[in-house]
Formats: sequence, C-alpha cells, structure tokens
Amino acid sequence: MTDTDDQLVVDFPLRKEGEEFPPPRYAEYRQREGLVLSYLPDGKPVWLVTRHAAVREILTSKKISSNPDREGFPNIGETMGVPRQDQIPGWFVGLDSPDHDRFRKALIPEFTVRKVREMRPAIQAVVDRVIDDMLAAGNEADLVNDFALPIPSLVISALLGVPEADREFFESRTRTLVSIRTSTDAQRDTASRELLRYINRLIEIKSKWPGDDLPSRLLAGGVLEPRELPGVLLLLLIAGHETTANNIGLGIVSLLENPQWIGDDRVVDELLRLHSVADLVSLRVAVEDVEICGQTIKAGEGIVPLVAAANHDETVFACPHAFNPERSAKQHVAFGYGVHQCLGQNLVRVEMELAYRTLFERVPGLELAMGPEGLPYKYDGVLHGLHTLPVRW
Amino acid sequence: MRITVKTETCVGAGQCVLSAPDVFDQDDDGLVTVLDAEPGPEHSDDVNLAWQLCPSGSITVTEPAVQD
Ligand code: HEM
Repeated sequence: MTDTDDQLVVDFPLRKEGEEFPPPRYAEYRQREGLVLSYLPDGKPVWLVTRHAAVREILTSKKISSNPDREGFPNIGETMGVPRQDQIPGWFVGLDSPDHDRFRKALIPEFTVRKVREMRPAIQAVVDRVIDDMLAAGNEADLVNDFALPIPSLVISALLGVPEADREFFESRTRTLVSIRTSTDAQRDTASRELLRYINRLIEIKSKWPGDDLPSRLLAGGVLEPRELPGVLLLLLIAGHETTANNIGLGIVSLLENPQWIGDDRVVDELLRLHSVADLVSLRVAVEDVEICGQTIKAGEGIVPLVAAANHDETVFACPHAFNPERSAKQHVAFGYGVHQCLGQNLVRVEMELAYRTLFERVPGLELAMGPEGLPYKYDGVLHGLHTLPVRW
Repeated sequence: MRITVKTETCVGAGQCVLSAPDVFDQDDDGLVTVLDAEPGPEHSDDVNLAWQLCPSGSITVTEPAVQD
C-alpha cells in the first residue's frame, strides 16, 4: 500500500487469505475523501468505490458502462466466478442501454414478485428433495456440496424447463464449473462446453415442442432472436448458481451462531447485506469524464464498486459488522443498483427463506462438525463464500 | 401524498411491490403500475421505502398542494 500526493493506492486482489470479510481495510477506504486507486494484475488502474451513496451513484450514472469490450473495462480474470462468457450474444449483463433494455424487458415478466410466489411450491419441493438425499446418506454432510449448491441449480433447471431425466447431468456440470478447488481448468472448460451444447439442444427442443417454461415463452415472445437465447440462459444459470449457494452456506453459519433468529424470515435481507458475496461483480468503465466523491474519473478508466464495502458503510448501517435482522437492511446493494440490479433477487429471497426454514425444521440437531475458525473461506474467486461446510446432526 | 411512476425507465426489480403492496403492483409485462395514486398517511413509510429502493428512479412522490 502506498500513498502518493495524498492518493491512496492499494494492492489487488483486495482479499487476503485468512482475513475476515469484508477486508478490514474497507473501513479505512470509506473514511478517505475521494476514491481509492488500485492496479489490476494486468497493470491497468481502477478506482475503488466504497461508500453506499457513491456506489449507488456509479451504478446509476449514464456516463458509465457495463460493456466488457470497452477499452479500460476492469479485467479481473473472471466474471461471475467462471471463465469469461461475455463474447456470447445474449450475455446482457454486459450491455448498456438501449441494447440492454430489450433483454431486460423480455425477462422481467419471468421474475415478478407474483411469478416467484407461484414458484414457491416447486422451490419447496427442491429443498425437500435435497434434504431427503442428505438425511438418507447418514448423519453428516458438507452443506456446500450437498445442500447449498444443488438447490439453486435444481431451481434454475426447473425454471429453464430442463427435463427431470437431465437434472442430474445439469447439476453435476454446474457443480464442476464452480468448484474451483476440486476441479481442474480442463474439467471446468469441458463442463462449460457441455452445458452450452446442452442449452443449444434444449432451445432446439423447446422450439419444436414448447412447454410451460421460460425458454418456450421467450421463443414465442419473438422479442429475442433464437441465436441470443443460449447466452441469456447461460447468464441466468451462472449469475444465479454460485451467488445463491454462497449466500445459503454463509447464512447457515450465521444462523448457527445466532440460533435465536432461526425461523424468522427477516434474516434474509440482513444476511444478503452482511455477507455481500458479489463484492467484485458490478464492474464498470467510464464512457465520459465523471466526478464522483470529488474525484474525476476519466473516460476509459475502470471502476470497481465494492458492494461489501457499501453494505458495511457505518453511516447507513449502524454497527455494520453485527448480524442484526431487526435493522432496516433493505437498502443494501448486495444485488447491485440501477438498470442491472439483479433480475433474480426475488427468487433468491424465496430460495434463502425456504432453505433455512426447512433445513432447521427438518434437521433440528444440526451443528458444525469443526470449529468455525477453521472454515475454508473463498479468497481466490470473484465471489465471497465457503468451499465446504462440514456439519453433523 | 401523490405518486407517479415511469414505466419507460422501470426495470421490474419488484422492490416497490415488496415494500408497499397496497400501493404498487407489476403488470403482465412486469412493469410498475400504481394501485393507489393518492394513498393515505398510513402508507407513507412503505411508499418512502419503495421510493428509496427503486433501482431505476422510476417512482416520484409529491405532496399535492392544499388547494389542488
Ligand atoms: C444471492 C444471490 C445473488 C446475488 C448476490 C446476485 C447479485 C447480482 C448482482 C450484484 C448483479 C448486478 C451486476 C452488475 O451490476 O453488473 C446481478 C445481476 C444479475 N443477476 Fe443476480 N445475484 C444473485 C442471484 C441471481 C439469481 C438466482 C438469478 C437468476 C436465476 C440472477 C440473475 C441475474 C441476472 C440475469 C443479472 C443481470 C441483470 C441485468 O443486467 O439486467 N441472479 N446479480
């Protein structure tokens, strides 16, 4: 860490092995006037944004782009936890208005509050099935592998109309993609290609024999072109899998430490805020010069809004590191802000609610099978989370 | 309190429906619609939350003049 002309310059990556999350240095960054400068592994400068109001300002500015093809866009090696997929048409999280809006508008009807409410029984069935399998296998489990990862994968496969017979295939390939410790680069590469091939076939089948599912409705809607659908479906899968799984896992640890809150649905937004797994997801680049916190960001300079830092901004959330479901946590930016704010957020809330409630109801004697200090947190990927969560009952 | 919304900028995040379900809804396209454009003071906390949480600035809340 060096200071030049009063400009704080810090090392990247920001997370260090063994450290708590969010990194304790974020508090110091928030105290500084202006922004913090960092250099990515490729040597390019980026501005780190840490205060809640400033993060919201960045994520709603019309002078700032989400397009990874633009010169100066931060290249942190991966996006959303897996190798870059953003060259595929339909990867709309990387598009700006107005290109982005067509995709967003086509997908909103699939993720409304009402639609997600209608999906509750299907989500409950997924959670129950995953717990059935866990209970049948004995009296211990790795909740990341046996609970947190399969739930979002099975929910997304239901959403995409993946036939029951293919769910196992779908689940195992998505698991390989996110297991950066136990799978090799080559295995992840194969899994990613197999998934894309599967998605292409799925779209072909849905265009011949439409069902009551999202791909069939998108095909019938005609707003998106068939060639854009693979990217859209892959984005839903990748954006919604490890993010949700990490939140479920970390939330279980918080609830085991604070059992008085088990069964109270107010925990959901507080856990989203507290753990802020998508700290490095909303990457941006300035299209025009823009002033934020008194600092001019020049056109072509990269920006990293740190949502974990914003969600621990003490001017918005008192005692930010405490788990306090009674606070008003809802203005957190764990799902980002602005036009790209998470499309799956209402789905996630229901998944988390049902996952926690059902787990603690059906496995009442659940406890960690190791000391909490030894839990293996992810320091190497884009997302914050746990590699494994050994428990017994 | 008087509420106006802009469907052109709405991104369908649904935060208004979650915050103030008596005042906001989503139409078949998932975009914001207003159920009650002049809700009573008992809704002001919910409406304020909805306004604060809206990620796209599509909600405007004004106090109508007395002589309106
Ligand atoms: C706890 C779980 C999740 C977290 C923390 C999360 C976080 C985020 C964040 C921060 C963004 C904004 C990216 C940006 O600003 O560039 C985002 C976008 C997105 N998320 Fe999520 N997400 C989660 C789960 C899901 C799920 C379950 C789905 C869908 C099934 C999903 C689908 C999407 C999509 C499609 C976008 C892009 C939206 C757009 O560009 O308009 N996410 N998510």
